[in-house]
Amino acid sequence: MAKPAKITSSSPVLETRRPDVEADGLARFAGVGSFLDDRVGLAKIARFGLRKVFPDHWSFLLGEIVLYSFIVLLITGVFLTIWFRPSMMELEYEGTYQLMRGLPMSEAYASTLAISFDVRGGLLVRQIHHWAAILFIAAMTAHMLRVFFTGAFRKPRELNWLVGVGLLSLSLIAGFSGYSLPDDLLSGTGLRFVDGLIRSIPIVGTWLEFFIFNGEFPGDALIARLYMVHILLVPGILLALIGAHLTMLVYHKHTQFPGPGRTESNVVGYPLFPVYMAKAGGFFFVVFGVLILMGATMQINPVWAYGPYNPAQVTAGSQPDWYMGWVEGAIRIMPNWESHILGTTWSWNVFLPGVGLMGLLFTALGVYPFVEAWITGDKSEHHLLDRPRNAPTRTALGVAGMTCYGMFWLAGGNDILATQFHLSLNAITYFMRVAVFVAPVIAFIVTKRICLALQRSDRERLLHGSESGIIERSPEGRYSEAHVPISHGEAWTLSQHKQYSPVEATPGVDANGVPLPGGGVSRRRALWSRRFFRHDIPKPTRAEIEEAHSHDSHADDDVKALEH
Amino acid sequence: MSHDMVRAAHHDAAFPVDPDLPVDNPGIEEHVPRYTDVEVAAGNRAYRRVLALLALVPVLAIVNVVCYFAIPRNVGFNVLGTNFNAHALALGLTGGLAVLLIGIALVSWGRDIMVDEEIAEERHPAASSPEERAAALVKVKAGIHESQASRRKLILGALGGGVGVLALPAIVLLADMGPHPTAATRRETIERTIWAEGVRLVNDVTAKPLKASDLEIGQLVNAQPENLFYLHGTDYLVEKSKSSLIIVRMDPASIKIPASRQDWQVDGILAYSKICTHVGCPISLWEQQTHHLLCPCHQSTFDLANSGVVVFGPAARALPQLPITTDADGYLVARGDFTVPVGPSYFERDSSKDFKEGDQ
Repeated sequence: MAKPAKITSSSPVLETRRPDVEADGLARFAGVGSFLDDRVGLAKIARFGLRKVFPDHWSFLLGEIVLYSFIVLLITGVFLTIWFRPSMMELEYEGTYQLMRGLPMSEAYASTLAISFDVRGGLLVRQIHHWAAILFIAAMTAHMLRVFFTGAFRKPRELNWLVGVGLLSLSLIAGFSGYSLPDDLLSGTGLRFVDGLIRSIPIVGTWLEFFIFNGEFPGDALIARLYMVHILLVPGILLALIGAHLTMLVYHKHTQFPGPGRTESNVVGYPLFPVYMAKAGGFFFVVFGVLILMGATMQINPVWAYGPYNPAQVTAGSQPDWYMGWVEGAIRIMPNWESHILGTTWSWNVFLPGVGLMGLLFTALGVYPFVEAWITGDKSEHHLLDRPRNAPTRTALGVAGMTCYGMFWLAGGNDILATQFHLSLNAITYFMRVAVFVAPVIAFIVTKRICLALQRSDRERLLHGSESGIIERSPEGRYSEAHVPISHGEAWTLSQHKQYSPVEATPGVDANGVPLPGGGVSRRRALWSRRFFRHDIPKPTRAEIEEAHSHDSHADDDVKALEH
Repeated sequence: MSHDMVRAAHHDAAFPVDPDLPVDNPGIEEHVPRYTDVEVAAGNRAYRRVLALLALVPVLAIVNVVCYFAIPRNVGFNVLGTNFNAHALALGLTGGLAVLLIGIALVSWGRDIMVDEEIAEERHPAASSPEERAAALVKVKAGIHESQASRRKLILGALGGGVGVLALPAIVLLADMGPHPTAATRRETIERTIWAEGVRLVNDVTAKPLKASDLEIGQLVNAQPENLFYLHGTDYLVEKSKSSLIIVRMDPASIKIPASRQDWQVDGILAYSKICTHVGCPISLWEQQTHHLLCPCHQSTFDLANSGVVVFGPAARALPQLPITTDADGYLVARGDFTVPVGPSYFERDSSKDFKEGDQ
């Protein structure tokens, strides 16, 4: 910190000129700054944090969108709680909406209608809230895919990946518990499904059903309990996990894409203060503003359209919010397997696609970083991101997973597909039963081939430069395309990645049969490792590049030499 | 072509030459000043743009407040076939735009005006150094020693056990979340409906009793038990979610009626539970010609001409059929409750009595 200049009487006053730093503002910590520094060490925090560097890339904004839509959810959610009444008590509707006057309905539904019709701005905020929830999970999914495909989950960030998986699973609960609250026909249909899902759990299903619904479906307690889950329990855990997520982000510092000057031991970008405060802060307002405009212009969940929940009614084409679509699809295409053993019923047709598939997805996501590290034998820290092509097997696995998810998701709309495209519903269902298994395999093979082709193309660029698009005709009538050299920066970016060799199988004991400290590598692990790295295109060596370049620059001479 | 691409012209200490890599790290790109940095007029324009964006915000905020009070509630208008609520639209457009403008102004400030030179910061490994680990271990050991836990080992075990056992009362505390579905409770709840001998089948909307002679072949009626309409609130919803019926009349000659169910129907009028045996949606889509009933939720399809067996989809069990007859006045009445529990499966359900294809 700059000290105020001291002017003694003896010193000659030549010119009063302040240094630039002082001209820009603070000369010392005073006032509020000093007050806070005296009490919580503000200066230390500022010194540590203000100039923290964040690398710049559009895909790093995906996580920011998640955070900002969560903040929008908290703000709009608080507004909605002012009027919403989480009660299943029956009353006769006497509100503004003419078509439902005199209809018996739950207090929850009546208050949702009141928010939509009687509270000024209520409809707008309700729609912003719903759009924010949809964007929240969509951006979270995209953010997770970015982290997956660039290998950002690798050491030392595996724990943060696990926190992310926890955030994703809780967000599904947050979303589901939210759209179940209005107690209109659609949300009631969703709860009826959840009741069937809970019942299908072997052994404890009926007990869980009675405990959650306070007896039989629909009971009188569910909305109030879901409300607690939606506005207190889940957001509380989400907040704590987001805190942990961001703390680890700050501790690890953000990953960066490879590029000139980027190494595993530095981070290159703009400082938090002022550039990122402006950009990220501005981006919050952009996300919020866009969500408000969406809430204003795009209708979502018109709760007045189908009336209060009625267990004897359902609308054709009932769909959950997009993020539950894959579970819906799995439930739809599952064969009707059910076992009846000694007076008990094992409802595989609901339990496996519902509970089982969700468990499978989140387990697979959770263990992936550890499985990959086991296969590759890679124990080093990673702060430079992978270009997806340079990890072809991982990229192919990711695309296969996305394809599988996509097939389940499409199956969740098999009725819509049938009516829109005039196809047989039964044929779509049978097709999807096969597609969820076959399409990921095809996607895996195709993606891996594309990655390898891109690796070859990188190799070509490194060796021979970029195709100029200019076809030259030599005096002899030969045609050739001139290559222009790529920049040093690009050459570095294309070639800086580490190339792995598969782990070799080794016995876990030395020649005397004494166990080695690190243990051995099993043959199975070595096999998986070989499979993981098989087909990788080796990047050119230093010698190969130099050799290719000297060849290229003498190409004209060669031609002449041949002609003589 | 020169070999500059492979070897950096100069090496600073931050980017040492790695002989294993084919190309040397060229170091961070040289900073190229932006147009707004070198051209004073462009810089001033960017400045004015940010100011103009921010100046619009209070204008929009005032318009927003005016709209809040001036526009009447629930006035709708149609644009391109979409109905808009004028109040919500005006509030959202002005408010959303104002918020968006703040965002654009801030981003614009950050992009065009703030110094855009990238800086590098050193990273440190996540792990502590061996010295730090050793020092930490010393402290941990001191703590363990001073706590005497290594000498008096039972304390830790007793503590862990004690805290662990506390999970039991914590879980037991939840036992009152709902009634316990014991066999007796199940018989009174999910295994029972309000259908009983002599209860009239009534139209589900008008609550008028249904006369057998009023139903035509091919017709479908949604029905409820007459006594449902004595109930209100939660009781009404709970019972309705089990008692809802589909009544269809089919040509007795064109359908299969097993011997055991000959007296469950009245001249081809059959009554089935409307609640899907998959996850409990009310089944609604009736294909009159095929006698199939399709659930719109997950597309389970049941053949009502064959005791409600599943012909397609994820449902595993036939739709329960309600035995019906007519009373002295010719109205349809139940002969009793369903013979099996209606709705989705649950673990304790004895599903051996459900109708299966081929049963007589």
